[in-house]
Amino acid sequence: MIAAELKPFKEINESLLPFERVLVVGCGTCTTVCLTGGERQVELLATALRLARKVEGSSLQTKEATVQRQCEPEFAGVLKEAAGGLDAALSLGCGAGVQLVSDVLAPLPVLPALNTSNIGVAKEHALWEERCAACGDCVLGGTAGICPVARCAKGILNGPCGGTNDGRCEIGDAPCAWTLIYERLEAQGRLDDFKRIAPPKDFAAATGPRKLDLREVADEP
Amino acid sequence: MSLREALAAGEYVITAEVGPPKGTDVKEMLHAAAALKGRVHAVNVTDNQSAVVRLSPVVACHMLLERGLEPVLQLTCRDRNRLALQSELLGAASLGIKNVLALTGDHVKLGDHPTAKPVFDLESVQLLKVIGELNAGRDGAGSELLGPADFFAGAVVTPEANPLEPQMAKFEKKVAAGAKFFQTQAIYDLEKFASFMERARAYQVKILAGILLLKSVGMARYLNKNVAGVFVPEPLIEELKGAADPPAKGLEIAARQIRALAGVCDGVHIMAIGAEEEVPEILDLAGLKN
Repeated sequence: MIAAELKPFKEINESLLPFERVLVVGCGTCTTVCLTGGERQVELLATALRLARKVEGSSLQTKEATVQRQCEPEFAGVLKEAAGGLDAALSLGCGAGVQLVSDVLAPLPVLPALNTSNIGVAKEHALWEERCAACGDCVLGGTAGICPVARCAKGILNGPCGGTNDGRCEIGDAPCAWTLIYERLEAQGRLDDFKRIAPPKDFAAATGPRKLDLREVADEP
Repeated sequence: MSLREALAAGEYVITAEVGPPKGTDVKEMLHAAAALKGRVHAVNVTDNQSAVVRLSPVVACHMLLERGLEPVLQLTCRDRNRLALQSELLGAASLGIKNVLALTGDHVKLGDHPTAKPVFDLESVQLLKVIGELNAGRDGAGSELLGPADFFAGAVVTPEANPLEPQMAKFEKKVAAGAKFFQTQAIYDLEKFASFMERARAYQVKILAGILLLKSVGMARYLNKNVAGVFVPEPLIEELKGAADPPAKGLEIAARQIRALAGVCDGVHIMAIGAEEEVPEILDLAGLKN
C-alpha cells in the first residue's frame, strides 16, 4: 500500500489562498486505509480550511468528493462534473492521484494535501512501515524476503555497513536491514546467498519515467 | 619503502591519519603531516569524514605526496556515483597515489548537510571490485583504459561489532573483492581482538589494528555511547579517571596497546583526531624508532 501523510496545515492553507471555491478530493483506496486521505479526513480538512479562512477575515467555499481511486480515469473522471464552477482542487491522494486528477481537471489547478511517503505494510494499527522502493530490479529472492534497497538507509547490497550497532541502523529509529537479512538467511540455512557478491545495481530500472505496458497481452476490459 | 612493500616484508607497520580542512587553509593539515613524516609508513587522508564537507582527499593526498609522505586515499561511496568514483580513482592514480581505502561512508544524515542526496550507487565491496578492474586496465563497464591503475586496496572491519557475524561475513566479501589490507575500527579490548585475529589469519590479508587516542573520560564514555563497534572497557576508563594528566595517560594507553599488538597483527593505524603531533610521542613511548 502507498502511505502518505498530511502536509503541515499552514502549508496547505497558504497554497489555497489565491482561491475561493475549492474541490477537496479524497481517495478511497490507499490513503483511506492509512487514515490520511479518506472521506472523513476530507471533511475534517475542508472544515478546518474554511474556519482558518474565516479567522483570516475572508471566506472559502469547499465541495467534497471522494473517489474510489484517484489514480484511475475510470473513477477520477466523475470529478470533472463536481469541479464545475470551482477555482481549484485539493487532492488527498498520493502523488499519482494528484497527477491524474490534475490531468482530468486540467486546466484547473490541483494542489496536494499529502506528502507521499512510501510503499509499505501495516505493522500494527495506525503504523505503516516502508517495504518497497519500487526499484524495478527486485532482489528479495536473495535477501530472505527483506529488502535492503528500501530498508537499509544506504540501500546497499553486500551486507551491513560499519555504522550498525546492536542490530540498529546508524540513522533513525529502525532495525539494521542487513542484520535482519543475515539472521533470517542463517535461520533458513541460506548464508551462501549472503556470501555471493552482488554486482552494482541496475539503476536504469529505477530511472523514470517508467511505465508498465501490457496493452498487447492483457485481456479486453 | 611503500606501504605495500613494508607489509609484504612483514614489518610492523604504522599508519596514522589526517583530516583535510573545512576550507582552503591547509597549514594545519600540513603541520600534522610534517609531524608524522619519517615516523609512519603511510598517512590516511579522510574523505568528507563524518559526512562533513571538507577539502578533497585526492588533492590533500597529492599535497602529502609532494612533501614525501605516502598517502592512503580514503574513498567513500556516499558522495559519488560509479562514474565519479572511477574518475576520482584514475585522477589519483595519475598523481601517483597508490593506496586506497574503500569505504561505504557515513550517511549524510549524520553530517553537516543532512538533507543532501545520499549516493551509495556502489558500496565498499563493489568499490573494491571496481578498483580491481581499474588495476586490470578496464573500467567498471568492461571498457579498456588508456593506462591501467596500480592500486593497493584496503578496507575496514569492526572486530568488536555487535552482532559480529554479519560484519565477519562482510569482511570475507571484502577479501574476495580484492582488499589486501584492513585498518580496523578502534579496538580497546585486546583479548577480543586476538580472537578476531585468529579468524582473520585464515585469509591472505594484512591487518592494522585501529588505535584511537583517548583524551578524557568524557571521550571514552562518548565513544561507548555513540560510536558503533567501539567499546572502551571500564578498567581503561578507571585508569583515565585516576590519572593526574588524562591526555598524557591516553598517550601511555595507546603506546601500551601498540606494544601489546606487536606479534598479534601486522601493524596499527593511529587515529589521533587533531592531535597528530602527539603521534611521535606515542611511538617513542611504544619504543618504536624512526
